[in-house]
Amino acid sequence: MNLNLLFSLAAILVLGCVGYFVPNAGLQMFFGVILPYIAVLTFLCGVIWRVMKWAKSPVPFRIPTTCGQQQSLPWIKQNKIDNPSTTTGVIIRMFFEIFLFRSLFRNTKAEIKDGDKISYEWEIFLWVGALAFHYSFLTVLVRHLRFFFEDTLLKEKLFFVGIIETLDGFFQIGLPIVLISGFVLLAAVLFLLSRRVLNPQVKYISLAADYFPLLLIAGIAATGLWMRYIERVDVTAIKQITLGIVSFNWTSIDVMKSVSGTFYLHLFFICTLLIYFPFSKLMHAAGVFLSPTRNLANNSRMVRHINPWNPEVKVHSYESYENDFREKMIEAGLPVDKES
Amino acid sequence: MVDVVKPEEMIKIDPTPPSTNWMDVPPDFSPGKFPYPSQAKSLEAVGFPNAREWSPADEDWKLPENWQQIIHEGFKERLDKYRSLKVFMDSCVRCGACADKCHFFIGTGDPKNMPVLRAELLRSIYRNDFTTIGKMLGKFAGARKLTPAVIKEWFSYFYQCTECRRCSVFCPYGIDTAEITMMARELLHLLGLSIHWIMDPVSNCNRTGNHLGIQPQNFKEIIEFFCEDIEEITGVTLNPSFNRKGAEVLFITPSGDAFADPGTYSFMGYLMLFEHIGLDYTLSTYASEGGNFGLFTSSEMMKRLNAKMYREAERLGVKWILGGECGHMWRVINQYMGTMNGPANFLEAPVSPITGTKFENARDTKMVHIAEFTADLIKNNKLNLDPSRNDHLKVTYHDSCNPARGMGMLDEPRFVLENVCNNFHDMPESTIRENTFCCGSGSGLNTEEIMDLRLRGGLPRANAVKYVHEKHGVNMLSCVCAIDRAVLPPLMDYWVPGVDVCGLHELVGNALVMEGEIEREMDLRMEDLPGKEGDSDE
Repeated sequence: MNLNLLFSLAAILVLGCVGYFVPNAGLQMFFGVILPYIAVLTFLCGVIWRVMKWAKSPVPFRIPTTCGQQQSLPWIKQNKIDNPSTTTGVIIRMFFEIFLFRSLFRNTKAEIKDGDKISYEWEIFLWVGALAFHYSFLTVLVRHLRFFFEDTLLKEKLFFVGIIETLDGFFQIGLPIVLISGFVLLAAVLFLLSRRVLNPQVKYISLAADYFPLLLIAGIAATGLWMRYIERVDVTAIKQITLGIVSFNWTSIDVMKSVSGTFYLHLFFICTLLIYFPFSKLMHAAGVFLSPTRNLANNSRMVRHINPWNPEVKVHSYESYENDFREKMIEAGLPVDKES
Repeated sequence: MVDVVKPEEMIKIDPTPPSTNWMDVPPDFSPGKFPYPSQAKSLEAVGFPNAREWSPADEDWKLPENWQQIIHEGFKERLDKYRSLKVFMDSCVRCGACADKCHFFIGTGDPKNMPVLRAELLRSIYRNDFTTIGKMLGKFAGARKLTPAVIKEWFSYFYQCTECRRCSVFCPYGIDTAEITMMARELLHLLGLSIHWIMDPVSNCNRTGNHLGIQPQNFKEIIEFFCEDIEEITGVTLNPSFNRKGAEVLFITPSGDAFADPGTYSFMGYLMLFEHIGLDYTLSTYASEGGNFGLFTSSEMMKRLNAKMYREAERLGVKWILGGECGHMWRVINQYMGTMNGPANFLEAPVSPITGTKFENARDTKMVHIAEFTADLIKNNKLNLDPSRNDHLKVTYHDSCNPARGMGMLDEPRFVLENVCNNFHDMPESTIRENTFCCGSGSGLNTEEIMDLRLRGGLPRANAVKYVHEKHGVNMLSCVCAIDRAVLPPLMDYWVPGVDVCGLHELVGNALVMEGEIEREMDLRMEDLPGKEGDSDE
């Protein structure tokens, strides 16, 4: 019995019921306006607080994981990205890490074949799944800017939103035009979830805290898709609400009441994600920037790295050593500092 | 020692995790499954707390009364001192990419040897003690209470990690299990829980200057003995100096090379090379250890042992330090030495007196790796080499974990190899360079009683050697690590019989045509050179 999965499913179901039914009980103002403010505030403050907490601890040693040839003799070709010795190198390494998940790209699968041969095959699916997940999520987020800015502004200044949307709707299937990102997001989440359920090792290490955010994001994606393609909700009314939130000029309660429960469910899931984010593993998004094995140059033999708490230690001195062994040293003809 | 099963049996590895939640699976402390604990006197010798006689096989580990407080406070202290620990405790998403990157997981199939789960052993306590969500949700947030069973589990599994950093190459957040294991071992040491194979060398090194406890007069005798062998093989007389003030270079190498074959042959190679190029160098008996088992106990102990290198360099008034072939030694020198014990302003930025090359990459720490030094000599045509003397060998190269992933010294040794032997074949890509596999016995685990574990941990390395052994007839596994030289021979005997182990400079010593040498008939192992067998019968 996968208790962690069940626990997360139950949590999502309870949250789903709250998000779908409770706003309709005359609480549209709270769920449609107040909670989003609380969520965004918690998200921002929480993330800053967590990053500050990390940053408060020093980096006593320079410990990059070197994944290529070091800077050495001038005629030996250094791998300046995977074993950087300069800040530029580190920035490039971090760029690849953060935007292309370079380390994950290296993934292999170890298997024993023919009884006694270990093979390491390139295993690309986790990388593809992770990349698809993060970039489709980003695309969806950017597209949603449409809900937070006036049409004129979107046309004149934020035209990239339109461009992204056009690209996203490249395939032009049906009406409304199918935007691929939402489907990719849901598919990627389901793929990542299926790994956790089907791969025995990944299942064994998975906590409720691993299933929960995946299910939550699946919920967000599913409700979004539902609203756009099946329920065809009143987008104009929704944009009135969202614009009201960002401009602090809230729309009338009648408009808020006219909007479908699915919208409130979608919004409630998002608020939950924002509030949950800073207190969970989702902080890996910020953690990746602060990882000392990736964001430091391998130059500690060239430039001294300072440890702010470098302790004074008791060293067994040469003098004590010689005192211990003087006679034997003299007998063996080894030079000594003091003859007796 | 416990009997070890046959290779055909050992390789039948079942990686299926048990149905029980990992938190409820106790560690195995049956004979052969744990390294022996250290003796109280080794701990007392260096002032470590809670020294006592105990055994992991006992039910009662005689933990100090306030052990939970010690761990809690020790954990907090380390979270405040190391950003790495804090970030690594918080960032893992348990994607599982690290799982089958660990040689111990591949070799044992034990899920707790997946790096992610090894780290969770510590994280579960972190969540319980230091996070709100862990306190609120307990097990569902992956938190659990600190009990003696947790301490036992830590002892078992943090001594089944060799701090090789292979998992950290593949982790999308760079989470480094070596860092986590170091922290866990520091915490265990606070409770007086340590292993003899680490603490004995630490305590020896503190007093005698080397892990093996070789006293100054014996150290000198050993080297003189090497010189006699060299004279017999080459006809050249060597006169190395000891503790000599005013030498240009201080040479420090792991004491294992003074003590046991095949490391001894590399030591002979160093001595021959220095004689040949006329290097003005000295050996020290006080700083007669390149390795640093302090690294496997605590950062302070590492600093105490490492400090001797600079102190001795300063006392002798040398210009810079040359370091021998050793794995974790170079993790310490590359990533810790300057920070801990620098700045070494009494030394000069290293310049090779033979080629004039300035070692820019070592300008602050002032310590050069012998492979860098020798590669520079060869590139500048300062060595007269006859690689055909190694023609009886088909050589492959094992990148030792630390020089590979804690430094990035990958091409220097390969360049040397390509110049000192004619038959060199690298192992498959996913098992060398930054992807290299540990020997299975690093970080102080090279002790006999856990041979079963060591052979399992060494399986991925051995399997890759087997591949080139069968494909290219490789019969010699070269490396730049003293622990490798001690532990790879039994590993090869078990998994790939017919493959021997050597250091890089043994091959250099074989190929080196020294001034005034006689025609060589033997290699450094005093075995007949190819084509020279039975010459005396002609």
